Amino acid sequence: MSAAAPGPAPAPPPGTAPAMLEIEALSAGYGAVQALTDVSLQVRQGEIVTLIGANGAGKSTLLMTICGDPKPRSGRIRLAGEDITGQPTHAIMRRGVAQSPEGRRIFPRMTVQENLLMGAESLVQGDPAPQMQQAFTLFPRLRERLSQRGGTLSGGEQQMLAIGRALMSKPRLLLLDEPSLGLAPLVVKQIFDAIRKLNAETGLTVLLVEQNANLALRLAHRGYVLVNGRITMEGPGRALLARPEIRDAYLGGGHG
Amino acid sequence: MTPAQALRDAALAAAVAFGLFAMLVGLRTDIGPAGGLILRSRWAEVALLCGIVFAGRLAITLWAGRRALRATTGPTPFTLALQRLGRFVAPVLLALALLLPALPGIGRYELDIGILVLTYVMLGWGLNIVVGLAGLLDLGYVAFYAIGAYSYALLAQYFGLSFWICLPLAGILAAFWGVLLGFPVLRLRGDYLAIVTLAFGEIIRVVLLNWTELTGGPNGISGIPRPSFFGLPFNMSGDPDSFAGFFGLEPSPSHRIIFLYYLIFGLALLTNWVTIRLRRQPLGRAWEALREDEIACRALGINITTTKLTAFALGAMFGGFAGAFFATRQAFISPESFTFIESAIILAIVVLGGLGSQVGVAIAALVMIGGFEVFRGLDEWRMLVFGGAMVVIMVLRPRGLVGTRTPSIALGRKRAISGDLVGEGHG
Repeated sequence: MSAAAPGPAPAPPPGTAPAMLEIEALSAGYGAVQALTDVSLQVRQGEIVTLIGANGAGKSTLLMTICGDPKPRSGRIRLAGEDITGQPTHAIMRRGVAQSPEGRRIFPRMTVQENLLMGAESLVQGDPAPQMQQAFTLFPRLRERLSQRGGTLSGGEQQMLAIGRALMSKPRLLLLDEPSLGLAPLVVKQIFDAIRKLNAETGLTVLLVEQNANLALRLAHRGYVLVNGRITMEGPGRALLARPEIRDAYLGGGHG
Repeated sequence: MTPAQALRDAALAAAVAFGLFAMLVGLRTDIGPAGGLILRSRWAEVALLCGIVFAGRLAITLWAGRRALRATTGPTPFTLALQRLGRFVAPVLLALALLLPALPGIGRYELDIGILVLTYVMLGWGLNIVVGLAGLLDLGYVAFYAIGAYSYALLAQYFGLSFWICLPLAGILAAFWGVLLGFPVLRLRGDYLAIVTLAFGEIIRVVLLNWTELTGGPNGISGIPRPSFFGLPFNMSGDPDSFAGFFGLEPSPSHRIIFLYYLIFGLALLTNWVTIRLRRQPLGRAWEALREDEIACRALGINITTTKLTAFALGAMFGGFAGAFFATRQAFISPESFTFIESAIILAIVVLGGLGSQVGVAIAALVMIGGFEVFRGLDEWRMLVFGGAMVVIMVLRPRGLVGTRTPSIALGRKRAISGDLVGEGHG
């Protein structure tokens, strides 16, 4: 195990790897509200990239725009070189994008097993069994809870289920929307360890949206800072973490 | 709250009641025989009132305590007993339905009620796909019933097509209209969807009512051909070409009734079988996931459009089948048979039975439609009894008669998911 708790620096980012996700000058919004303005961002294959920002900065909107809803007003989104701008959500998911949505959104009356199977819906071909095994190796708790109803799981287990469910479609790019939301620090660490392990062992590309900037920047190879729908800063995770303006704005610097 | 606490609480309430009633009721001034005021005491009444308060308060606290306890400890003994019973309900009902025409004491009237009940069972199962599984509140389901009925009636009247050709056509046409309704309401949910589907049901009825050249308007269509037994008509002639003659039976009017009974029985079973099969397929699971959380479905790349449209189309198709059956059974249809109250009854059957539960819907249809006939003697009180019974059922079993959901897939033993563990409306 290379990835221990507070974490040594993550494995060196694959600097020359081809881009998995490229976003160019993207603008999007809902009705009269412009949520994203001229956002450009790149995630290379095998990278963990995090997007941090305050409430309402547009983080979730960016993830949802990548998934095709809302449709972008301008700009391009490319997945592994293919243009996916403006495609319907299910078509984008079928090309290898998976999302663990904000607030986990487990199907409460369905069992853990059924929840996982729902994730295999856009698995292009083949048997969901190996994917389910992968989810169990990552989160053994899920196997114990297999026939339990999703709504009766604890918050941490639900987050594990949400990630496991997203992995069922064998994605190339995993989008995680605030996986630490409302969870105890110990559980958050467990989940972040699992993400790190997943990335190290399978080379899965991850785009992580977080409010918990401290943890997210420690985990990620690179990070972007989103303020009012614009990218204001980017750089390697650790480097961003050291910047005083980041410390002040997102790590509760002097305000305690 | 422990019984001791409840007792103390009730005693306190009784003491407060005594404080109030001692003056208000216990002492009373009357005009005496001499014309002056006299004081009269009524301690017996006070004691009675305090007793009522004590008992009432005790009952309320114990009842509330029981309810609170139930929420935390899982299925109640009542639910468990019901579950155990539930395993036998479906086979028993099925056997009963299958053997009904052969049972002693079953005459024409009973069979007619059986046909009526089975029609509503089928409609309930059809609507269950839309409302129970996919979670799309449809208040205009009767429109598809009407489309099916009019499809058969018109095709038979204008083109002379037989029932067996028209039955699938009626289903297809209803499904087509289901998709047409589905498209504009793709983005709607809950109350908004309910309003649009309600309007859809009314539009269909109003069109049928006013398009006099085609549908006969309020006069309806009469003389709709009766179904034949795979080409052999039911009549009293005894010809070798008729059902009775071909099988060498004594011609009897009951043959057709029994045939109609088994026809609707088969159609209802078909609905049930398709639903049960689909629940285990990705499509059926997608319906249930859609009911649970639409946003999560989108995030998983489930095609919401096809999922919703298939639910509408399949639900409508079974409604159309039932409609075609209704037309051939009645031999006369008019827009009056397809008013909003029909939609409401079918929806009540689905909700009362427990959204998504096949057995529950069947029981609810039996209780509602059968009960409606049984209580005919109550005349104008019937509706009151009915309304009261529905309120009581929904208070006691807020998730319907069968509030449990059986997982569509399980390792080894299947465990039903108790509705008691789930808050209403939050899934």
